[in-house]
Amino acid sequence: MTYLAKPKLHHPQLPANALGFTRRDYEGAVSTLCAGCGHDSISAAIIQACFELALPPHRIAKLSGIGCSSKTPTYFLGASHGFNSVHGRMPSVLTGANLANRDLLYFGVSGDGDSASIGLGQFAHSIRRGVNMVYIVENNGVYGLTKGQFSATADKGSKSKRGAVNADASIDMVAMALQLGASFVARSFSGDKEQLVPLIKAAITHNGAAFIDCISPCVAFNNHPGSTKSFDYVRAHNEAVNRLDFITGREEITAAYAPGTVETVVQHDGSVLRLRKLHADYDPHNKIAAMTYLQERDAAGEVVTGLLYVDAEPEDLHHHLHTVEKPLNTLEERELIPGAAALEKFNAALR
Amino acid sequence: MPKPITSVNDFVVKFANVNGSGSASANTMFAKSILRMGVPVASRNIFPSNIQGLPTWYEVRISEAGHIGRRGGVDLMVAMNPQTWDKDIAEIEPGGYLFYDSTKPLPKSKFRDDISVVGMPLTEICNAEYTDPRQRQLFKNIIYIGALSALLDMDVAAIERLIGEQFKGKDKLIQPNVHALHLGRDYALKNLKCPLGITVRTATAVGNRIFIDGNSAAALGAVYGGATVAAWYPITPSSSLAEAFQRHCGRYRIDPDTKKARYAIIQAEDELASIGIVIGAGWNGARAFTSTSGPGISLMQEFLGLAYFAEIPAVLFDVQRGGPSTGMPTRTQQSDLISCAYASHGDTKHVLLFPEDPRECFEMGAQAFDLADRLQTPIFVMLDLDIGMNEWLCEPLAWDDSRKMDRGKVMNFADLEAGKDFGRYLDVDGDGVPYRTYPGTHPTRGAYFTRGTTKDRYAKYTEEGPAYVDNMKRLLKKFETAKKLVPAPVRRNAKQATRYGAIYFGSTTPAMREALEELEEHNIHLNTLRVRGFPFADEVLRFIAEHDKVFVVEQNRDAQLRALLINEGNIDPARLISVLHYDGTPITARFIISDIAHRLPSVAITPLRKAVP
Repeated sequence: MTYLAKPKLHHPQLPANALGFTRRDYEGAVSTLCAGCGHDSISAAIIQACFELALPPHRIAKLSGIGCSSKTPTYFLGASHGFNSVHGRMPSVLTGANLANRDLLYFGVSGDGDSASIGLGQFAHSIRRGVNMVYIVENNGVYGLTKGQFSATADKGSKSKRGAVNADASIDMVAMALQLGASFVARSFSGDKEQLVPLIKAAITHNGAAFIDCISPCVAFNNHPGSTKSFDYVRAHNEAVNRLDFITGREEITAAYAPGTVETVVQHDGSVLRLRKLHADYDPHNKIAAMTYLQERDAAGEVVTGLLYVDAEPEDLHHHLHTVEKPLNTLEERELIPGAAALEKFNAALR
Repeated sequence: MPKPITSVNDFVVKFANVNGSGSASANTMFAKSILRMGVPVASRNIFPSNIQGLPTWYEVRISEAGHIGRRGGVDLMVAMNPQTWDKDIAEIEPGGYLFYDSTKPLPKSKFRDDISVVGMPLTEICNAEYTDPRQRQLFKNIIYIGALSALLDMDVAAIERLIGEQFKGKDKLIQPNVHALHLGRDYALKNLKCPLGITVRTATAVGNRIFIDGNSAAALGAVYGGATVAAWYPITPSSSLAEAFQRHCGRYRIDPDTKKARYAIIQAEDELASIGIVIGAGWNGARAFTSTSGPGISLMQEFLGLAYFAEIPAVLFDVQRGGPSTGMPTRTQQSDLISCAYASHGDTKHVLLFPEDPRECFEMGAQAFDLADRLQTPIFVMLDLDIGMNEWLCEPLAWDDSRKMDRGKVMNFADLEAGKDFGRYLDVDGDGVPYRTYPGTHPTRGAYFTRGTTKDRYAKYTEEGPAYVDNMKRLLKKFETAKKLVPAPVRRNAKQATRYGAIYFGSTTPAMREALEELEEHNIHLNTLRVRGFPFADEVLRFIAEHDKVFVVEQNRDAQLRALLINEGNIDPARLISVLHYDGTPITARFIISDIAHRLPSVAITPLRKAVP
């Protein structure tokens, strides 16, 4: 479809957000992924989330590695800054970018090959450092761009399109993110926009390492019977532990809920996460219990989705490094260079 | 027995110690006290890949004439390590001296009859004075320094002052150290024949020079160069560069009001992440660097290609060593030239700088950040273990307060607002260097998508062949521009006209300078050129064209600089003669003299001394 230029014109009465932007202003180029690809739904959810939050597009940086998922930043937020880096290394590039300018919003877009295989180390270390970012893994359990090899998140016993059975244990990115200290961990499904959009909005406003594992079926190579990452399989086994409503400070909470079924989390910026509990005993603040629950449900063959863990008072890498508030890329000579007199003193101590 | 060596202010002392025995600080004090007497020294650590137990050596060359390259050969061996005894004894020049711990008697066969042997019962003296085992160990080192001060007729007050400075703030350690010093000195004065034939005499040959290691100087260069982001992975011999940056930043980069850091340092999980962080920060407008060594450069290859094609400023300090694996890595080499110059897949070429000493490590360390921004590409500062980890006597570091950071071609908000045409890969000025924007500059203009290749002049995705070729040709033009921006070569003409030239670079400088003096004494005349940057300035090629034969002196096996000269300058290989030293020890003047002399058979040079590597 790339030969078709996307028309810039839009309906004059398209709703605009607080910045005067319409949803169209957050779109990117026409996708070159396969028709029906789950990744395109995730791109649409990112566009929706950024539009609803009225984010200035030029203050967003979207970074990716290599693969189908890593191509998607071209297809959303066309007015933002993009960096298509090398395979599996998006996390380090994002970390450096974040160190240079703490004032931008960073999207790390990756896939299961990019983050669970070649980039497993970088995924792990960026999470454990608490880089302030939204890290989305568009997880389809397969290498799409190289035509159908298993990825490291393919479940043991699942079948490839050619009929091969995967004998290797799978890597559970959510379990790893929890263990590594991510302060926001969610799992969602590209086919469930109602769930995904609020999760992305919450991740954006979270001031720390926010990780979203988004199951995103590959229609070309992993959407057949025997796959555990197909649309049918995920719909049949999806067990959402909660439903999230993201509320900015200005909005009034009007709906009434039965006591004990709703929990509100007030974030640092004043925004409110309202969790409608679907499993009464699931507590997204208790990391240990969450890990146990996830392991149990995973063993039972369920795909647990929702906001799985959130720390309402997260710390990020800049906090750990005690860096100045002013972005490092704006510091000037007088703030950086000690000068000739200091150098003479330095010399004197070496004689 | 040959006549004992006699020399004032021109000899080599080597300490053979056991790693982890606390000898390093005592030995450094010895070297510094000679500097304080106004006599130049060159000191070198020769150390194992080990924390405790393996042999380690510290070599001090005393040279009033100012020769600070490694000389080769040893005039006085301070043999404190039984493990390496035989090898250490063998290394002493005929007529030289051996100082050793005579507490335990050794058979006569363990000695040589062509050297002077000075035994002192160090262990016995220590055991009589101290009961604590750690004190016995540490003070033994100070005691032998005391004895050497008597044997070499040194100024003991200079050593006392150094002890005072070293333990400033821990004042109660001063007196016991001074006591140990005199314990050794007094024993020597009373029981040994003092002084030996070799002595140190107060001079005024040091001037205002400083004694500093290249890693610390390069790290300070990064501070003065405005670096704010550093990412590194521990690897000998570069780790002390990142650690020095941390130390310097703690001193110079703390906001006085908020006490917050104007820098960010990440000890990454590996070298891939290190360079990734640097590239991310450089893309986003911060000055960023990594420090590493050869194996790290190998791991960074893919990213270096990305930085080259995506045109992202980055600075790499490569402290070169022998490789791979463990062992040789604690020895010096200049063996990463080719892996840096052509790092990565696809067609790539990179800019390299070659500092000759710690002062240039500082200068080029700062300059590298201007070059990285100006050329929007990775810049490699090529140190080696010899410069990086040893303290060198060099001119004091200097800075001009009027100097500003050159941030290169960056379109700011006003430029974009005024409607200037922005094409990320558009050659506006004809020098191959395009304009960039920092992310987040303007609400509607200046954003673009960064990729390796597959893009047009306006950063739009395209897989068209002509667009690729167009971009690659522009990158070549940019490399041409770099020739004029890298530090110019330094030429030295021989005292008389000659058809022979020599090219060298980096830590070879002091040995080369000394070799040239001696060659001149033997009527061998060479014009020389010290290369300071890659790509080679036109002057380098002109220099080669002017001479019939040019020696290329380097510290690697494969003649890597020569290969670059041949490849980039289209030089006839027959005209470039390699002088190669690569056993892991720093190159010596004796080696250079011997190697060059042997290749010039028509010249009579028989009295030349033997080459000791």
